Amino acid sequence: MKQDAKTAKKLGHPGSGRGRARPTTKGRQTDSTALNEVRALLGDRPRQPDLLIEFLHLIQDEYGHISAGHLAALAQEMRMAQTEVYEVATFYAHFDVVREGETPPPPLTIRVCDSLTCEMMGAAKLLSALPGKVGAKVRVVRAPCMGRCDKAPVAEVGHRHVENATVDSLVAAAKGDHHPEIPPYTDFAAYTKDGGYSLLKDCLAGKRKAEDLVKIMSDSTIRGLGGAGFPTGRKWGFVRGYPGPRLMAVNGDEGEPGTFKDRFYLEQDPHRVLEGMLVAAWVVEAEAVYFYLRDEYPGVREVLLKEIEKVRAAGLDKKTKIHLRRGAGAYICGEESAMIESIEGKRGLPRHRPPYVAEVGIFDRPTLVQNVETLFWVRDIVEKGPEWFATRGDGKRMHSYSVSGRVKKPGVVVAPAGTTAKQLIEKCGGMADGHKFKGYLPGGASGGILPASMGDEPIDFGTLEKHGCFIGSAAVVILSDKDDMKDVALNLMRFFEDESCGQCTPCRVGTEKAVKVMAKGKWDQGLLTELSRAMSDASICGLGQAASNPIKCVMKHFPEDLR
Amino acid sequence: MSDAITFSLNGKDVVAKPGETIWQVATREGVEIPHLCYSPEPGYRADGNCRACMVEIEGERVLAASCIRKPAPGMKVQTASERAKFSRKMVFEMLVADQPKRDVAHDKGSKFWNWADKVGVDDSRFEARACPSPDPSHPAMSVNLDACIQCNLCVRACREVQVNDVIGMAYRGHGAKIVFDQDDPMGGSTCVACGECVQACPTGALMPATVMDKNGVGDTRVDRTVDSVCPYCGVGCQIRFHIKDEKIRYVTGLPGPANENRLCVKGRFGFDYVHHKHRLTVPLIRKDGVGKNADMEVDPANPFTHFREATWEEALDRAAAGLKTIRDRDGSNALAGFGSAKGSNEEAYLVQKLVRVGFGTNNVDHCTRLCHASSVAALMEGIGSGAVTAPFTACKDSEVIVVIGANPTNNHPVAATFFKQAAKRGATLIVMDPRGQALKRHATHMLQFKPGGDVSMLNAIMNVIVTEGLYDTQYIQAHTEGFEQLKAHLADYPPEKMADVCGIDAETLRTVARKFARAKSAIVFWGMGVSQHIHGTDNARCLISLVMMCGHVGRPGTGLHPLRGQNNVQGASDAGLIPMVLPDYQSVENADLRAKYEKVWGAKIDSKKGLTVVEIVNAIHADAIKGMYIMGENPAMSDPDAHHARAALAKLEHLVVQDIFLTETAFHADVVLPSSAWPEKDGTVTNTNRQVQRGRVAVQPPGQARQDWWSIQEIARRLGLDWNYAGPADVFAEMKKVMHSLDNITWDRLAKENAVTYPCEAPDKPGKDIVFGDGYPTPSRRAKLVPAKIIAPAETPDAEYPMVLTTGRQLEHWHTGAITRRANVLDLLEPEAVACFSPDELAKRGIRGGERVRVQTRRGAIELMARADHAVPEGMIFIPFCYAEAAANMLTNPQLDPIGKIPEFKYCAAKFEKVVTVQAAE
Repeated sequence: MKQDAKTAKKLGHPGSGRGRARPTTKGRQTDSTALNEVRALLGDRPRQPDLLIEFLHLIQDEYGHISAGHLAALAQEMRMAQTEVYEVATFYAHFDVVREGETPPPPLTIRVCDSLTCEMMGAAKLLSALPGKVGAKVRVVRAPCMGRCDKAPVAEVGHRHVENATVDSLVAAAKGDHHPEIPPYTDFAAYTKDGGYSLLKDCLAGKRKAEDLVKIMSDSTIRGLGGAGFPTGRKWGFVRGYPGPRLMAVNGDEGEPGTFKDRFYLEQDPHRVLEGMLVAAWVVEAEAVYFYLRDEYPGVREVLLKEIEKVRAAGLDKKTKIHLRRGAGAYICGEESAMIESIEGKRGLPRHRPPYVAEVGIFDRPTLVQNVETLFWVRDIVEKGPEWFATRGDGKRMHSYSVSGRVKKPGVVVAPAGTTAKQLIEKCGGMADGHKFKGYLPGGASGGILPASMGDEPIDFGTLEKHGCFIGSAAVVILSDKDDMKDVALNLMRFFEDESCGQCTPCRVGTEKAVKVMAKGKWDQGLLTELSRAMSDASICGLGQAASNPIKCVMKHFPEDLR
Repeated sequence: MSDAITFSLNGKDVVAKPGETIWQVATREGVEIPHLCYSPEPGYRADGNCRACMVEIEGERVLAASCIRKPAPGMKVQTASERAKFSRKMVFEMLVADQPKRDVAHDKGSKFWNWADKVGVDDSRFEARACPSPDPSHPAMSVNLDACIQCNLCVRACREVQVNDVIGMAYRGHGAKIVFDQDDPMGGSTCVACGECVQACPTGALMPATVMDKNGVGDTRVDRTVDSVCPYCGVGCQIRFHIKDEKIRYVTGLPGPANENRLCVKGRFGFDYVHHKHRLTVPLIRKDGVGKNADMEVDPANPFTHFREATWEEALDRAAAGLKTIRDRDGSNALAGFGSAKGSNEEAYLVQKLVRVGFGTNNVDHCTRLCHASSVAALMEGIGSGAVTAPFTACKDSEVIVVIGANPTNNHPVAATFFKQAAKRGATLIVMDPRGQALKRHATHMLQFKPGGDVSMLNAIMNVIVTEGLYDTQYIQAHTEGFEQLKAHLADYPPEKMADVCGIDAETLRTVARKFARAKSAIVFWGMGVSQHIHGTDNARCLISLVMMCGHVGRPGTGLHPLRGQNNVQGASDAGLIPMVLPDYQSVENADLRAKYEKVWGAKIDSKKGLTVVEIVNAIHADAIKGMYIMGENPAMSDPDAHHARAALAKLEHLVVQDIFLTETAFHADVVLPSSAWPEKDGTVTNTNRQVQRGRVAVQPPGQARQDWWSIQEIARRLGLDWNYAGPADVFAEMKKVMHSLDNITWDRLAKENAVTYPCEAPDKPGKDIVFGDGYPTPSRRAKLVPAKIIAPAETPDAEYPMVLTTGRQLEHWHTGAITRRANVLDLLEPEAVACFSPDELAKRGIRGGERVRVQTRRGAIELMARADHAVPEGMIFIPFCYAEAAANMLTNPQLDPIGKIPEFKYCAAKFEKVVTVQAAE
């Protein structure tokens, strides 16, 4: 007997019959419209995983947010898992990930800096007053240091920064142009006319010897000016010594609160940095250099995009391919290994050391990482000789101090290494009216806090460690009798809490618990001491290790503020 | 040991092996260091994030994480200094602050609480953070991130160990959160429920749902554990049953050679079937006057409509008497037996011995016929051995990996993890399959060729290798024969000519050919997509030739590996559950070979080959076979043209079924013998890698259910055989007498080592993973290269039946679903029959995923839900064959491969339409 093929018989089965099958395969399905939109945005760019953050920017810029559908489509297009894309997108502050059913953010965002200097200058008032004034079409969010502390308080309206901001100026800015403002700078033609790139050309033409340049850098006594202070010549020598292929990265993620010197140099004379970069890359024979620029500097980015194109057109990149990479709002990416992770398209988690990035860096290759300012000086050091650099500040090196806070004329002060806080106040026109010098941050948020009584300590590499402090990126924030040290410490700890990558317990949990204890009014000093000790001793990177410096310094130097 | 590093650990000089971390050396030295984010289990990279293992190194500014830090010569490490202990304790205090209190912990027995005890922390002075809410969306796993310590082990489990890439660590800082896909509920994500994350989680944030109460309080501590092997697929994962109150509460993976701790959803969450209410607990005899027909169904929950309870004595007498009557009246060849690839080697051996000696016929077969019979035929012909030449783990050393006609992420999920890992480390992964699959994302090349286009594609690839001179002349001369004929044959198959036939452009074929041929090491894995065709043997011949001409055999990272389907299909085949050969593949037709077995067995063996599975069905229809004994197989579901097969079963004069459930096959039985499930028995099984492994009794069978070996022996005795095995160990000992493959592998050795690979050269040496480095067990010692011509599938689409129907399996369901559909989690994950279509195909026909369709072929029609599946190309329907309510095999074509006798499950013509529901009730 043959079953009648026309009718299908209902058969029993051993299943429970409790469930219903999914109409699709597991998980979110890729929407074909979203996929086409993503493909259109990506164009013919290679679908390399290290470009993930760049692609997320494309979507964020185009749509004002990143939807779950676009993320799924991007994942499929890049042959990545959804979670790989999602975890990166949600790590960085500048991506607005919007899941199904959630409301996308309004078209315009005002980011109000509430890091220390800006907070001292009234950020809290802006944050509380603005939302009521700008209306529902504008989103107001707090944001970390924008590197313009000399013009605090600062806010970013779209991509346009408003300095010395007031509620009124921001309301006006919201109605104006949201593109970044480009300050006047020395462009390729002007820089070349002034003898620029002749050093690089000599190198490329074989008229220079790499070893000689390493020696010149060593003799100049220049040290990494991002904060770590590692002797530059030695670093070049090391990296050259590791088996190739080698790479290079420029750390343009100047995020340490109070620091703005790198922006200062890039905005004036970008090619001096680019030439230094290409010379360094030539010395270590880096096949490619990744210039990692923080997203808080959109003006600099426009300049670099344009000027790097000219460098390419002039054939100066023939030995070293130049990639300009855009950060996305993460202080931790200023830490060199976290920056490398970010360059690889990942979350900015600092790596364990050893191995050091000089040996195992970008894509696990030996990598030379240099700060913007360090590269800025390369041409001068070679042209004027190492002696010039080593002695130009009254027989010493010079430092570029970013001075902000309670001084009359804040700004970048180029002064001999070891200049004291009191001298810097002097150079900045003295204390602001009505303010009495009470203390200072010698090295941004991480470098600790010292009292006015120690205002004669030289600020240089290695001079402040005995006091539990360090110079770091030489961001000196001057505090006055109007500043409550408890509030200062809490502001700094909140910054670390926001900016901790979350990788290790002492930093992730420690900063969060510290904020809770510190915000309670009277500090439980015993508990904070214990917590600080574990954070300093057991965190993976400098952020966590230094995050408790403000606590320790306030307890040590400002006991009267804790009563 | 020139690379050894001497350093000081707590004042004592110790030596680290190269690559060892401080933690590893300390542990070896008996120094205990707490650890949470570090797992010493295989495959887990140290991440150093929890900071619970900090130690002090003299001269360093900060402490170091011992799990990730490697010692340097002369380094002075203190694991118990005040400074180190202080930080470790603070780390615990920070973490305890955010944990649920211990008395309401999700896992009171968690690693976290064990270490907290040892460190001396039970409370915290810190205020807790805001608690994430529980996610109960997944039937297998309970997600309670209030206990999460962001240690990242589950991320490594999901991404690096299993490479399923579902779990991520999203957001940042104290907001860092474990997410599934895009922070989706686990149950709505792409999670495949391998459960690796649950096994890795140190806190109970991820838990098997079975050990939690409704308040989310749980405990992973159990009464006892038993180590065994997973009964699902041919991978052969070693597992540990965790038993409480005599029930299997949960399962974890063990570091077996094939799985290195990993499991899949079936192996981890698919065991409550042993406690299912449908278990057969008493022997059953068909009621007098209850007839049989192909369409009949019996409710497995209540078999007493058709059967009555019997004593074992009566049931065994009846079972044996029916067989004996037919044997004595119609001759031995009127009987047949099916053994099972799901039982042990010992059971398989006893079944074939029962049929050969007790029934007196070689009509004994099992489901190998339905899976790799054609592969084995080609391998026996080509290289004189039907087993794999290298384990799938050999892909660790491969430069190029080819996976063809296989969907291992579904069907060999743990093997697939090794492929994905290899691709991740940079191996070239080439996937060839008409249907897309999860491996596609990891593949360097995905060749979605036209269904049935395999031979043309493979010949074109070989054509490139030959015409471009990429073959390994030395290897071909030393180890093969027939290359010149093959070479001549291949001249007709240039890629430019084959591109249209197979649907892959010539350039891709050339690229793939070059990469494969030029690789230092390449390995080929294949599955049913190769074998289940009428040209299945030809497909396998092509693969053998491809590998041979490039010399990719016998070295690390090379080989031929048909991924065996069932957990013991290798062992059951080795044990002789095949109609043409005796144990160890000795031909029944060769009197010299037979003699050895006849001597040991004390009986004559029929000199004629027996019939195969589908042939037996046809023989029943032809009145040649009248009685059958079927142990643990379900031909009513698994045979092609199942209606035809069921009609045959119904037609049998006497059918004895021995099983754990009343299967669709048992509907037609005269006697049903309740038997034991895998976790209830002792025995050995042999996986796809030729690894013989030990299974052990974890729980007792329910009611009067008995051990299978015992039931087989009882039937044998009633057929006049003088069998007296005391248990599986006795059977194994006898097997060793007739099977050289088991040389140096003893029951006791397996008890100690759990797994031994054959062939094995000495009792104290591991077996040989990779074989045939120095020739083949063929008469000429050479591999035979056999050319293959293009043969069209037996039934191609036409105007009336325009679609190609292909069948296969789903991740969650095993074979005919008899077991897995009774496993709660698996049933909830895939609860009903589905037919998968390309979303475009459905859209074209105005059908939405979730709507019902009728799929029809010349054999029959079924109705089931349509599923939109991007992996399925247009013009194709994919239906898993495990669903009794819409049995795919009602539709399949029973045409056989002429050599392997395997049916063409992977290709027949079909049509489909939307089912318009007229009314709800009838």
